[in-house]
Amino acid sequence: MITALIFLPLVGALFIGVVRENQARGLALGFNALTAIVAFALWRNFDTAAAGVQLMERHAWIPAIGAEYVVAIDGLSLLLVFLTSLIFPFAFFAQRMGRGFCALMLVMQSALYGTFTAQNFVLWFLFYEMSLIPAFLLIKIWGGENLDRAATKFFVYTFLGSVAMLLSFLGIYFARGTFDFAALAALGKTGLLAGKIAWLAFAGIFLGLAVKVPLFPFHTWLPDAYETAPVGVSMVLTGVLSKMGVYGFVRLLLPLFPHQIKIVGPWLLGLAVCSIVFASLAAWAQSDLKRMVAYLSINHLGYCMLGLFALTASATRPLLEMEAALSGVFIQIFNHGITAAALFYFVGLLEQRRGLRGLDDFGGLMQRTPLLCGWMSVAMFSSLGLPGLNGFIGEFLIFKGSFAVAASFTAVAVIGLLVTAIVFMRAMQALFSGRLSENCSAFPDLLRSEKLVVVPVTLVMFAIGIAPQFVLNIFNTTVVHMARLFS
Amino acid sequence: MTSWIVPYLWLIPAAPLAVSLLILSLANSRRTAAAALAITGQIVALVLAVLAFVPTLQQPGWRAFHNFTWFTFGQNALRLGWVLDPLTAAMLLMITFVGLWIFVFSIGYMAGDKNFSRFFAYLSFFSAAMLGLVIANSLLLLFVAWELVGLASYLLIGFWIHKPSAAAAAKKAFITTRIGDIGLFIGLLWLYRSSGTLLFYDGGKGCLENAGLLALGASATFVALLVFCGAVGKSGQFPLHVWLPDAMEGPTPVSALIHAATMVAAGVFLVARVYPIFSLGGIAGVTPSLTVVVWIGVITALMAALIGIAQFDIKRILAYSTVSQLGLMMVSLGVGGVAAGIMHLLAHGFFKALLFLGSGSVIHGCDEEQDIRKMGGLRGAMPVTFFTYAIGMMALSGVPLFFSGAWTKEEILDATTHWPRSHLPHYLMMAGVVLTAIYMTRQMIYVFFGHRRAASEHARESPPVMTIPLIVLAICSIILSVVLTPAWPWLHDYLLGEPAHFQIAQLIQPMLLVSFALVAVGVGLGLLVYRKAAVTDPLAQVQPALFRFLENKMWLDELYARTVIALARMAARTSDLMDRYFWDGLVRAVGGLGQIFGIFSTTFDERAINARVDGGASGTRGLGRFLSARHSGQIQTYLAAVAVGMLALLLLYAWLA
Repeated sequence: MITALIFLPLVGALFIGVVRENQARGLALGFNALTAIVAFALWRNFDTAAAGVQLMERHAWIPAIGAEYVVAIDGLSLLLVFLTSLIFPFAFFAQRMGRGFCALMLVMQSALYGTFTAQNFVLWFLFYEMSLIPAFLLIKIWGGENLDRAATKFFVYTFLGSVAMLLSFLGIYFARGTFDFAALAALGKTGLLAGKIAWLAFAGIFLGLAVKVPLFPFHTWLPDAYETAPVGVSMVLTGVLSKMGVYGFVRLLLPLFPHQIKIVGPWLLGLAVCSIVFASLAAWAQSDLKRMVAYLSINHLGYCMLGLFALTASATRPLLEMEAALSGVFIQIFNHGITAAALFYFVGLLEQRRGLRGLDDFGGLMQRTPLLCGWMSVAMFSSLGLPGLNGFIGEFLIFKGSFAVAASFTAVAVIGLLVTAIVFMRAMQALFSGRLSENCSAFPDLLRSEKLVVVPVTLVMFAIGIAPQFVLNIFNTTVVHMARLFS
Repeated sequence: MTSWIVPYLWLIPAAPLAVSLLILSLANSRRTAAAALAITGQIVALVLAVLAFVPTLQQPGWRAFHNFTWFTFGQNALRLGWVLDPLTAAMLLMITFVGLWIFVFSIGYMAGDKNFSRFFAYLSFFSAAMLGLVIANSLLLLFVAWELVGLASYLLIGFWIHKPSAAAAAKKAFITTRIGDIGLFIGLLWLYRSSGTLLFYDGGKGCLENAGLLALGASATFVALLVFCGAVGKSGQFPLHVWLPDAMEGPTPVSALIHAATMVAAGVFLVARVYPIFSLGGIAGVTPSLTVVVWIGVITALMAALIGIAQFDIKRILAYSTVSQLGLMMVSLGVGGVAAGIMHLLAHGFFKALLFLGSGSVIHGCDEEQDIRKMGGLRGAMPVTFFTYAIGMMALSGVPLFFSGAWTKEEILDATTHWPRSHLPHYLMMAGVVLTAIYMTRQMIYVFFGHRRAASEHARESPPVMTIPLIVLAICSIILSVVLTPAWPWLHDYLLGEPAHFQIAQLIQPMLLVSFALVAVGVGLGLLVYRKAAVTDPLAQVQPALFRFLENKMWLDELYARTVIALARMAARTSDLMDRYFWDGLVRAVGGLGQIFGIFSTTFDERAINARVDGGASGTRGLGRFLSARHSGQIQTYLAAVAVGMLALLLLYAWLA
């Protein structure tokens, strides 16, 4: 069933070749409906009370190099599968796109499903790289200004990270002879490698994932890439692709190198705090809406990193706090995916109407398009962590967990919450208030087709903010299991 | 010891919340329906509040709570709950009752606004959040409601969003209070870590009960101070008070409900709610955290009263008065007079709402003019507004015997005398009483006495839908005295959980005479100075420099703009520049190094293998390659660099292994 999930979008990409240009998006959405059904079926067959990975499919592939086709899911994987299934249709709705565009998006979707379910490094890495190439092409071909530079930077940056990671895993394979995640994690407890090689391998994997997340100071590709990418691609990049990094940290780095992480823990926490504080400050200084949202994306993923590092870097690891931080990180992954994608979607709507997307290009929109402003405000308040909306739940749990074990780092990180508020207050003032700008006086308010996209997404934000249990249920057992593993 | 209503307390905020959503889903043109719905929601909440009040009378100090699990993370439950005790019940009554009359007043005041329906939706939403705040039995639930009232305040201050000043004020309010909220949030995390629960009452295990307080121990001071940060922001205490006067950009009923009667009092309420944390480990009721509360309160009360003397905007005078009175309440809590502080909060809710609505009526009558120098002589034109305003003014100034504010102020002054640390707050608060009487007398003279000036020429009385709420609130400001006097200190004892006794001999306390003298001095001074109110303020004629200092709010806004805000902006710009040039530059430098490395390896190949074949050309070709690599094909060179790097690393592995 997982295999079906992974290959359905690929089949869709092939089918796109035979349809007309203006039918491509419909077909892509159709295939998304199919994957959504498969994802739902996965959930029905998934035992939320069982620890560890389930629904495993295992086939021999290239035994000579230890490569197997193994896919399986646990709570975290399932959560990310859901997120992917949610963000892709959302992104397909966000803009017009032709055949090539749709096909590449579907290839990327397939790669993401693979990344989140693969349980063998070779397979995982294959999918991991497979997501990178469509993203590169989408930016390179359909991007905005500076597309060459942004696309190249994106590609080289992440590719370099990948190479470092590949080398590290080759090193591990030569020493230990396995690529299997479960086997590696079991070895990780007692120390995967010895001496300097362990550190080299750690550094390589860390670099690869830190670029992907991205973690300060490996983040400079992100604002350029997100700014230049077409809206739909930006939504997918921030909503799902950035989660590959966080997922990698949880799945690979933390279980494989507990000893190393503990030693450099304070430094990692420092980087996470820098991500949170500097990215939010930089967002404040942006005048381009897309770039602003891009920086806030770094900031929000910084919270995830804070939670992860806090629970592994500290000497004492009370189970309660670890479960809080892990739950917070997982739910934040999901929340950020939805909220950041929604923000990009709204920026896209504004850009479609105005042709520009600077903060100063708008003004007084509340008088002309109250619905657009209202629903966009919900996404903004969700992003700044207003209680009652989804963002707060994740941030509260992360801070609860990390404050207990790393109080001073957390106290500094909380500044990020304040600056995020400033950023959005500034944006709302510039966009919505004051006299109606002449350039905006012919704007249509939310169209019916747009409402059909906006309302369900916003309802999800409210649902998670008010009664988050239904999301937490997906991964509660996984959290308990992982917390035990780490402590 | 429970009551049927406790598990259903949530219905009280739920009623206005449901109404708010309902109105938002209506078309903007359904004005009557919107107003009717909002008022119905408020009446339902009021009835439920009365029903909730009844069981608290059963026996002194009655308290019941209802806890439930919000969600489970890992194997842990996060629990929330609601509590019903005298503090909650009294607040519920005040908020729903005052709120109801402000809703009624708004029908008249907002009649001409094209977003009439939306106004009532926001107002109901605020009411819901505020009611949720007072029933919360968990600091987390309180924080949630706390942020939501902040949102409501933001929406309502910026209600006239086409006005840039309103939008700016809304932004300022949200950000300034959020600074305090960050402190509160850290305090909340700390409390959760130390005591393991955020529930206030949980059958002995709550954080305000013995077990929780024991676990909190020495960190109580820090938790209390962090929580107080939140209160400072919300309740407009120095140094975060700057947003409150600007908040007057909102429609006047908003100022009455949110920025006078209820929301700004939330900070005082919060301190009272978690008072056991503040007073933990105190000697004779003095703890470091409470001492901070006292002095912040003193500074705020005096500073705001002084600034209030030099303002010309009718609403801003009242806004500074609110700041000042909130400072007074904080002082009361700090010196141990919890009941006195809350009594003043409740009484203040009534008469300050009255004053704001009165000012709304005046503004309405004077065609949206807010400058008191352009008013005057309204006594005859607006008799109802005048009389009710006068009652509000006397209640605020503390004219003894008949007005509620007098009794509560007396109680607070009395509490300050018992503070062992210092008597200075006592004397400073006495000065505050004089100042209050002065600025209110000044305002009365400017607005209602003298001859008519530009804006008040054609003033006429407001319609009954606006004057009836004034009359009701004025009557309440007087009859509330019944439960406040020392002869029958019912409210005081109700809040403290003690049985009240009627002793007529206690009625006249020495402090009453003192406060009578203070008010007489204040009003007398006011009359003396301002009897000939002119366009130039008499104080400005005598002391122009001092007056300018006060008129410009002690230049605190300017000071903040040039220090904290400038610094923060600089940090933002620096972060951006660092990103663009330093970090990205570093990346490019590394990339460039890779390129050069690639060129070297190619030229090495060229020289080692091809040198003899075409020796002379290699230098040129190398240069050519260098240049072409600069201009195009970046990826390939990068990849070449990667290949070399891979080789180098593999060699390194071999060497290490």
